[in-house]
Amino acid sequence: MTEPVLSIRNLTVEIPTRRGLFKPVQNVSYDIYPGEIRGVVGESGAGKSMTGNAVIGLLDDPARVASGEIWLKGRRIDNLSREEKRAIRGREIGMIFQDPLTSLNPLFTIGEQLVETIQLHLKVSATEAKERALALLDRVSIPDPKTRFDQYPHQFSGGMRQRVVIALALCSEPSVIVADEPTTALDVSIQAQVLDLIKELASETQVGVILVTHDMGVIADTTEQVTVMYSGEVVENGPTDKVLSAPEHEYTKSLISAVPRPQVKLHRFPQVSYGGRETTFKIEDLARNWHKPEPSKSGKLVEVNGITKKFLEKSAILPSRRTYFTAVDNVSFDIKDGEVFGLVGESGSGKSTVARMIGTLLPVDGGHVKFDGDDVTEMSAQGIANYRKQIQMIFQDPFSSLNPRMKVESIVAEPLLHHKILPPDQITGRVHELLDRVGLTRAAATKYPHEFSGGQRQRISIARALATQPRFLICDEPTSALDVSIQAQILNILKDLQEHLGLTMLFISHDLPVVRQMCDRVGVMKQGQLIEVQDTETLFAKPEQEYTAQLLDLMPRLAQLSG
Amino acid sequence: MLPFILKRVFQSILVLVITGAIAFSMFTFVGDPIDNMLGQERTMEDVERLRAQLGLDKPIPVQYFKFLNEAAQGNFGVSYRQGREVSEIIMERAPATLELAALSAIFAVVMGIALGVFTAIRRDGFAAHFIMSASLIGVSLPTFLIGILLIYLFSVELGWLPSFGRGEVVEIGGWTTGFLTESGRKALILPAITLGLYQMTLIMRLVRSEMLEVLRQDYIRFARARGLSERVINFRHALKNTMVPVITVIGLQLGAIIAFAIITETVFQWPGLGLLFINAIQFVDIPVMAAYLMMISVMFVVINLLVDILYAFIDPRLRVSAK
Repeated sequence: MTEPVLSIRNLTVEIPTRRGLFKPVQNVSYDIYPGEIRGVVGESGAGKSMTGNAVIGLLDDPARVASGEIWLKGRRIDNLSREEKRAIRGREIGMIFQDPLTSLNPLFTIGEQLVETIQLHLKVSATEAKERALALLDRVSIPDPKTRFDQYPHQFSGGMRQRVVIALALCSEPSVIVADEPTTALDVSIQAQVLDLIKELASETQVGVILVTHDMGVIADTTEQVTVMYSGEVVENGPTDKVLSAPEHEYTKSLISAVPRPQVKLHRFPQVSYGGRETTFKIEDLARNWHKPEPSKSGKLVEVNGITKKFLEKSAILPSRRTYFTAVDNVSFDIKDGEVFGLVGESGSGKSTVARMIGTLLPVDGGHVKFDGDDVTEMSAQGIANYRKQIQMIFQDPFSSLNPRMKVESIVAEPLLHHKILPPDQITGRVHELLDRVGLTRAAATKYPHEFSGGQRQRISIARALATQPRFLICDEPTSALDVSIQAQILNILKDLQEHLGLTMLFISHDLPVVRQMCDRVGVMKQGQLIEVQDTETLFAKPEQEYTAQLLDLMPRLAQLSG
Repeated sequence: MLPFILKRVFQSILVLVITGAIAFSMFTFVGDPIDNMLGQERTMEDVERLRAQLGLDKPIPVQYFKFLNEAAQGNFGVSYRQGREVSEIIMERAPATLELAALSAIFAVVMGIALGVFTAIRRDGFAAHFIMSASLIGVSLPTFLIGILLIYLFSVELGWLPSFGRGEVVEIGGWTTGFLTESGRKALILPAITLGLYQMTLIMRLVRSEMLEVLRQDYIRFARARGLSERVINFRHALKNTMVPVITVIGLQLGAIIAFAIITETVFQWPGLGLLFINAIQFVDIPVMAAYLMMISVMFVVINLLVDILYAFIDPRLRVSAK
């Protein structure tokens, strides 16, 4: 048996707070062998990233390693001085972060950032460093490295930037790479490519990889060993296929069962039940006060007819020299009363642009959107105001879609006030009612958004969207910023709302298993065009288009593993 | 890049035409210059002759066009008070103000950025806290008071530095400079600090908050994870990103230094443009006022144009969108 490159022994990290010591990582131990990929999985706040940060010596103040040891290739590294730790970072241990859009300095070219890192660690001349940088770019499959070398990060797509980040992590042939949610911000097809690259590099260069993620599919697809963490502790440790097929710990079991399955349609999303956090949610109460929406005249609530959106790509003084990028190209579909219509596709395929045009946040450049028979694109200002009352949107990022300077009460009350739905003296009551119904306490009303977790914020967004009693709800990737256990809760709320309140929904996601559970019909978008519309079951069983089949094929394969 | 610059140049010209109109309207609305120029004992003939000579008998748009045309050539007419060419008076006074402004701008920018970076990096240190508190004084005290306090301390009590004037100056091809003599250099110190102090604290506080924001970014964390030293991270990666918004403010403040030199020049009896302007207001010397107004607006516009171009140089994202 070879020696592990990295050993973590009984690691405990503590953060002094006003209410005593808080230990986000307790007694964690695991080993990484050369060429091995170890997954570390758990919900957010489980201490997975904190462990990774402790390994590379980048704990944010005031967190500190309280006890335990970290050994790198037979040398203890947790007790080194700041300067010695810095010498190891990047040289012996590489790091890949979650968001490739923000991990590169926007003001320096890719080449400058690579050469800088290479020269720092390998002490070579500028020409040699450049040669090595080009070789690295080539190694991570960036086409045309010579041209790309002099470009800035914003000229790269998300997937390409993550490749650059990987190249940077590989600069001095490290023995370990800590990859913290490396593909969470990428969509399915790019995710598969980046994970393949990491697998390839691991077996080729014998680098040990710690892959921190909350996505069980990624774990199943990529890793050989897995460590499951729950509230700072390791609850299970072992070979991936064994842990996934025969989990021993209760938490692992409930975590695995909460992963949406692509092959079966279930009535409700199974929730992570461990730890007794399942919230009671009384949807019936809300239904009592809810005016059942009148059925639409034609049975089709939303009719989208050949809508097109063009964005200016290159501006010029002469109109003839301007070039446009067609984000949405002649898209048509209908959404029936009470139906959940799913829209899937890679990022950049125009899903969100379609949603924004239906929500009148973007004007259409062609085509029509009809709501209950009325043409939205030709409405007067008064008509639009009335239309907006009947539709509401829930956005992807619960961190930026709530105004940080407003209290939750004002956030939820705003649509009520704006559309003059209730007299001012009844508003507080209604806000409390809405908060109750999405599983938040009344005390939440007087707090600010930053006092809530991602899942709770998304509940606030839902409460806000329900305030006007809309007939139509547009959900744009409502759970892709949340982890599995929270995702299940939010999706269940949306599903219940839809069933009890007779809501019609447009549900946008790149997560196909989620789409299968949520939607009645699904449209597939590719490069601005709607290439296929099918009943969900038919689409998943026998996709018509090759592209759809490809997308389905890229789904993480956890389900196949555990049956 | 070129359409972007052309667009900005076009906007700048528009701004100048509008300030030109305001400057010009002073001639029409602030009393009749003929009354000011000719004394009590005047004949109708004198009035008519002077009116024709100054072109005041022509229709207003023609006068405005003539004014703009001449202003563009640096010709603002004759000072009512001194009876000399305004451009000549301004040229005589400009070096004093420009030298003062340049020195205080350098002081404000260099010290502002250095202290801003220092207080951002060591934000919990005693020195950083001290500087931050002291900077509040710089922001809140009015310029004239700071000037008077400095004079009291360094001229009256300690007797190290002169309290007024430029000291000895040397003339080089029509430009008078105080940099070449010791008394000239000494005389510059107090007014330059007085004029630059406010801008310095402003730049410092801005640099500090921008830098703190930048240091929280992921790419700084990633730079640390790559093993780069703190020095490289702070001064290469963080500082460049900090400068993008700071440059705009510095640009605006440089204009303000020249425009607000008036107060400092009054306190230190500095023979510059500000003092000239104050005197011009007292004597309703409209050509001088108009010329000063035009000069300041040209300066603002040019500085901002340069800042916009510089912006595109620093930030590659703007370069692309500007194309």
